[in-house]
Amino acid sequence: MSALLRILRTLRRTLLQAVPTILGIIILNFFLLQLAPGDAADVMAGEAGSATVESMQALRERFGLDNPVLVQLANYLGNLAQLSLGFSPRYGMPVTELIGQRLPGTLTLMAMALAIAILIGLTLGSLMAAFSGRLPDRLLSIFALLFYSVPGFWIGLMLIVLFSVTLGWLPSGGAGTIGSSYTGFAAVIDKARYMVLPATSLALFYVAIYARLTRAAMLEVKNQDFVRTAYAKGLSPVVVTVKHVLRNALIPITTMAGMHVGGMLGGAVVVETVYSWPGLGRLAFEAVMGRDYTVLLGILLLSSILVILANALVDIAQAWLDPRIGEQK
Amino acid sequence: MTTETAVSHVVSSAQSRTAATQLDKSETPQWHNIKAPDARTTRTATVSVPAGRRELAAFLRNPNALFGLVFLSLMALVALIAPIVFPGDPLGMVGKPFLWPGQDAAFPLGTDSMGRNVLAGLFHGARISLFVGLTATALGLGVGITVGSLAGYFGGWVDDVLVRIIEIFQTLPNFVLLVVLVAIAQPSATTVSVAIAIVSWPMVARLTRAEFRAIREKDYVVAARSLGFRHPRIILKEILPNALPPLIVTASVMVATAILMESALSFMGLGDPNVVSWGSMIGNGRELIRTAWYLTFLPGLAIVFTVLALNLIGDGLNDALNPRFSEERS
Repeated sequence: MSALLRILRTLRRTLLQAVPTILGIIILNFFLLQLAPGDAADVMAGEAGSATVESMQALRERFGLDNPVLVQLANYLGNLAQLSLGFSPRYGMPVTELIGQRLPGTLTLMAMALAIAILIGLTLGSLMAAFSGRLPDRLLSIFALLFYSVPGFWIGLMLIVLFSVTLGWLPSGGAGTIGSSYTGFAAVIDKARYMVLPATSLALFYVAIYARLTRAAMLEVKNQDFVRTAYAKGLSPVVVTVKHVLRNALIPITTMAGMHVGGMLGGAVVVETVYSWPGLGRLAFEAVMGRDYTVLLGILLLSSILVILANALVDIAQAWLDPRIGEQK
Repeated sequence: MTTETAVSHVVSSAQSRTAATQLDKSETPQWHNIKAPDARTTRTATVSVPAGRRELAAFLRNPNALFGLVFLSLMALVALIAPIVFPGDPLGMVGKPFLWPGQDAAFPLGTDSMGRNVLAGLFHGARISLFVGLTATALGLGVGITVGSLAGYFGGWVDDVLVRIIEIFQTLPNFVLLVVLVAIAQPSATTVSVAIAIVSWPMVARLTRAEFRAIREKDYVVAARSLGFRHPRIILKEILPNALPPLIVTASVMVATAILMESALSFMGLGDPNVVSWGSMIGNGRELIRTAWYLTFLPGLAIVFTVLALNLIGDGLNDALNPRFSEERS
């Protein structure tokens, strides 16, 4: 059977499985929205500072808030079918557009954090496995456990104290120098300078996970016959470790990386508020503070869809890597 | 009681299944079709279950786990004695603002921008962190084990439905859902605990389900079923005890995660506004990070060490309960 067919079959199965999950999430989302105290009209009236019963009524009519619940659910589903997540009265723009503005910021942050986490995690894990049971392994194990226990927002603040306040090397917040006219390479460097600290704070937790995972996976692969064969062939330990052990140990790590998208989104919420990074997380925080539940639940829905997409990607990648997955039973 | 059971057996054999509920007293089904007296005594002879003494010894020999246990006990003690050592509201103003640690003997760890005692805050913060950590874990374990064991034991459509629900909750990003839940139900220590339980039960349910599915087909479970034991007894007395080891390890990690979540929530100002928590102390100190970084540093240290202690305990438990892996480690 061709690899393409296998991948297509996996894709179809994954999508079919995702449909009821997405429906469930949408309905859960809607009822959470109903549970929220006060509605958009209350918020707007509160912001305006004065409102009459009539003007509140008019606002509710305008946003369809006076309909029975089931009608509102039907409206909500109808809007979703047109890819509309509703209208944010507070920002005065459609929620989809609002999220669209912020999504790239979060995605780049997450991508950079994931890259850092995997890179450092693999390095630490390989070192730990190479020195298994000896002093470097024990020390690094304790470090990994420490990373695992540190709250991301706190390490973010401590990094600001060290690198921004004391040393003055890196900016303490924001996403780029305001009013700068950098172009090309300079603009990328400027962007990266603003991203290093938030991405590191977000990555640290996952560094620990990947380091421990790599260590365990490598120790397991190490005792396999093909590794012994590689040594017997006369390959150097470095070549064996990188080409044979690490490569096989990568499989469980890619699986985990896909599963961490949801967790990273959650971590981004906190880290973005620390660094005033203009992303989804900050938007969520602002929405909570402004009691803008339409935006909040739009973010929840969209981030769930991101998680489903990430899982689908992992499934496909595995079907491609491992010929046993996706075969017809 | 025994005569009743006997009568019901005589009246109709179909009812013997209902009578089995009363078996808990004698612990054996009173069947007529087993004639050989030896068979019954052998079958029901109590097998002495080792009460985990080897595991306990292995756990206590592990220096890391021991350190975790000692530190956590210390934190629990701190939480207990907080109202005695620092009576009065830790949110109340007691001294000059911005005293650095060591500047004034009355406030060993200094005071914050409002003149509140940092050490008192840390002591009282331990209460809320441990309360939320333990309550959320207990609730999460309760729901997760119930759902997971039902799904794993019964299979079929029950499993299908429950797995769908688990999947929905696992797809929603944990922390985002947590923020939504807390924003909707006004924040208090209880609602925060419940919300953390809501986002953390699916993991337990998945794990329990997997364990139950694996154990369900084991010989001793099949034997129990063929002896006519009812489902609740098989679930609670045959399968659950054997599914516990991974759940115990998970529990310690769950407490750690719950403490981290609570601190992140209160850092963002979404925690209980009426109590002092390590997270809210960091949140308050955040604006002053350039001048008084100790205000964010100290509560963070408390979080790190408490969570680290729990993770060390989790690791130690894992090594003690899964000896297969511990050989590689040492």
